[in-house]
Amino acid sequence: MSVWFMLLTFPIMVIRVNTVQKTVQWKWERMFMLGVGVFFLSYLWRYLMYRKENRPKDEDKIPWNQRLLSEKKYFYPFISFVFAFSILLPFFVSEYRVNVLITAMIYVVLGLGLNIVVGLAGLLDLGYVAFYAVGAYSYALLNLHYGINFWLALPIGAMLGALFGILLGIPVLRLRGDYLAIVTLGFGEIIRLILENWGKFSKGPSGIANIPKPGIIGLEMNRSQSILFIYYLMIALVIFTIFVVERLQNSRLGRSWVAMREDEIACQVMGIDRMRTKLAAFALGATWAGMMGVVFAAKTAFINPASFTFMESAMILSIVVLGGMGSILGVILGALVLILLPEELRAFSQYRMLIFGLSMVLMMVFRPQGIISNVRRSYEYHEPAAAEGD
Amino acid sequence: MDYFFDLLLGGLTRGSIYALIALGYTMVYGIIELINFAHGEIYMIGAFTALIVASLLTMAGFQGLAVLALAMVVAVIYAGAYGFTLEKIAYKPLRGAQRLSPLISAIGMSIFLQNYVLLAQTSDFLPFPSLVPQFGFMKPYEHIFSSSELVIVTVTAVSMVALSCLIKFTRMGKAMRATAQDRTMAMLTGININRVISTTFVIGSFFAAVGGVLIASHIGQINFYIGFIAGIKAFTAAVLGGIGSVPGAVLGSLVLGWTESFATGYVSSDYEDVFAFLLLVLILIFRPEGILGKSKVSKI
Repeated sequence: MSVWFMLLTFPIMVIRVNTVQKTVQWKWERMFMLGVGVFFLSYLWRYLMYRKENRPKDEDKIPWNQRLLSEKKYFYPFISFVFAFSILLPFFVSEYRVNVLITAMIYVVLGLGLNIVVGLAGLLDLGYVAFYAVGAYSYALLNLHYGINFWLALPIGAMLGALFGILLGIPVLRLRGDYLAIVTLGFGEIIRLILENWGKFSKGPSGIANIPKPGIIGLEMNRSQSILFIYYLMIALVIFTIFVVERLQNSRLGRSWVAMREDEIACQVMGIDRMRTKLAAFALGATWAGMMGVVFAAKTAFINPASFTFMESAMILSIVVLGGMGSILGVILGALVLILLPEELRAFSQYRMLIFGLSMVLMMVFRPQGIISNVRRSYEYHEPAAAEGD
Repeated sequence: MDYFFDLLLGGLTRGSIYALIALGYTMVYGIIELINFAHGEIYMIGAFTALIVASLLTMAGFQGLAVLALAMVVAVIYAGAYGFTLEKIAYKPLRGAQRLSPLISAIGMSIFLQNYVLLAQTSDFLPFPSLVPQFGFMKPYEHIFSSSELVIVTVTAVSMVALSCLIKFTRMGKAMRATAQDRTMAMLTGININRVISTTFVIGSFFAAVGGVLIASHIGQINFYIGFIAGIKAFTAAVLGGIGSVPGAVLGSLVLGWTESFATGYVSSDYEDVFAFLLLVLILIFRPEGILGKSKVSKI
């Protein structure tokens, strides 16, 4: 196996040609390292495969994360600790770190939004970043032309996101899963290309600068204060999102999403409107992206189409996948890990996407349910005495 | 009129390249109903391998067609090996999992391979030597149809015929068709499913590598990102023609090639990629099964 990989990666890893100067660099040491690495990894792979196939079935055991959330004894202290921690955190870390944390929280909300579409409704959306771009550009352009402020732009961005979600959704939602993935991917690229090429409308690749930060009327803020302000705003938005998503998950609509994901035909037989349910998922997912776009534009004060590439969509998707599709806590954890970890490991930053890609594959192979799995709701049979209430 | 022919032939060349890549998508989809997102990356790796081999050979003193042939052979073998490994790592363990899982794993693999080439090689555009020699008899037509374009179209046509024969007349082709129709039943009749699927990936990768080498030598530069856009467009072509059908993939690719060529020639060149995606969206709305595809009725 090791030899196979050494052969496989030989030309690309070892030889580096320079066609202009007609020189060749040989990097034999890379091949040696790879061979040794793969040798050990192949054993790890086999061990994990073995474990996957012979996993004991302990379904009665409730995982710790579920206990944390479902039992009041643990839940309230946990939540209040997290809340207090996040409120106090900016006073102990540098401004730069606060900025990173804001980014991480933007991704938390984006992840939760995409989670509605991918995790709950099971529709693979690879163009999620398009809605993010819609939100960002709607704030930037409305502000530029009509001087609309942040607070008004926030709901407008969200609504425009939802509108675009519906517009895209109507034609494509009839399609099967894999087609949907490609069309949404295409849609994301179309939005980006239009933003890049329609110079009159969006100022092209040079982007829009000097987007004002949010403020409260009558209150002047300097730079660090406004960063702090956005930080607290994001905490509020994250809490709001978690609340809404949690309510949605247990609503009639949320249940029908999950049911739709599992079996479409059975759902239609049960009288669930397929189009409307899917459209709702698409629109609600896009709403969060639109809203976060506005915050993103306000935070960076400068946007251009290069911020909205497919890589961004892939990143949000990997947050959802790594965190655990359908699980709120998982997605939050996924976003924090994926955004904060690369910041801490600056030395490895160039390997970031490499590791993302690899971890997506490995996650699917060994732990498809993600870091924190969503416990499936199952019907529990209780003694008839409990049902006599109605 | 010259301009029109120029666009027509340009579209034909583009379409031929898309066809070479689209075949891989269509074959894999036909057999395991999976969009192999990393297929574009195989094409890119094929082009890179060819570039490396060709430069080494040129430095060693080889010339002309020998370089092209050798580079092509090595690239094809390597791409096949990558396709084989890819399937073993990212797709085989996921057979029988939820529909979304292999798709996500495929996207992960695609990102991984892109960045692997980016880190191991370079992020810049590398100039690719023009490997195809100028044919003497093409001299009079050189201004509208170059030698390398002729080679691309010819190679594509030959590959199509070869593939059709393979699927129609050989034992392996028969096994492939059987697997595509009903995997369980094929298994029961003694077909080695794993071998069939591996072979499909390898053959698809062969074609992708051929396409990669030809287009890179035609355009003259490559970087790690070429596979992504090419992959999406080839997929569009495969869907256009009806995914799962080999003649459909070719037809779809030609239609896509001409659409892009004429649209950029007569409308605007800024929106080249937009036209391709627009065509895809339109096709999927009005005829989701593609031009030559058969619509499947889902049964409970």
